[in-house]
Amino acid sequence: MSKITDAREAVMVGRRSDGTLVRRPLSPHLQAYDMMQMTSALSITHRITGTLWSIGMIFLVWWLVAAAAGEASFNGAQWFFGSFFGVIGLMGLTAVAWYHTLAGVRHLYWDSGRGFDLPTTYLTGRAVLIGTAALTALTWLIMLITWI
Amino acid sequence: MAAPTIRSLRSPLGRVRGLGAAKGGTHHWWLQRVTSVALLPLTIWLVFSLARMPDSTWQEATAWIGRPFNAVLLLAFLAAAFHHMAYGLQEVVEDYVRGELAKVGALLALKGACFLLWLSATLAVLRIAI
Repeated sequence: MSKITDAREAVMVGRRSDGTLVRRPLSPHLQAYDMMQMTSALSITHRITGTLWSIGMIFLVWWLVAAAAGEASFNGAQWFFGSFFGVIGLMGLTAVAWYHTLAGVRHLYWDSGRGFDLPTTYLTGRAVLIGTAALTALTWLIMLITWI
Repeated sequence: MAAPTIRSLRSPLGRVRGLGAAKGGTHHWWLQRVTSVALLPLTIWLVFSLARMPDSTWQEATAWIGRPFNAVLLLAFLAAAFHHMAYGLQEVVEDYVRGELAKVGALLALKGACFLLWLSATLAVLRIAI
């Protein structure tokens, strides 16, 4: 996928019925958007974290069903969550959950009709990122303190 | 009072309902917001609760799940979360899956999976709690 650096390049070149060239604008798409901008990057991250959290829900169901099934199956689930991949997955899931929660609050704020000007958009966007880092660190601090 | 001039073939009732061929209005959008508001406190409670039980034994975990306060909030979280999840993933499928057959098939599979997962988790909580 060739990257278009100038949005004005996102045009369709066609010909009129009399043969003259015409450049028509295309509706915005991935090639026209710079996905490294904070606005579009946070937007797609909200959708990605929502999807990842849906996968994480399967593990919550597993944990609950294993607890209901008995001690042996619960110990099996606990072994997985305590393993290397389990801990890495849970750490990632914690960050994903906090990001989607905070970005969701940002969406509810937008739904009230506020915060659409660019300075506020950048401010709330940075707040979501800093809040995600802070809450993820806090969650794992609580877990480590309980563990020790 | 003169009768209003009708300039279109749409019935007055159809114009009042204002839904047209879409047959649905803001129901999906609104419920996604309602469940998100419900999930906000429930998620904060669940994440911090789970963070405080990393090395819990089966006895400790089932005792925690079985406590009425925790069981009720867990059931509420599961209902809101799977509703929100099914609606959210539906939007993803509708945006990216091409072809009507594949789209409807993916949506049916998605809704079925969400329903079964919710039912399994809810049954597990109820079985421990009751």
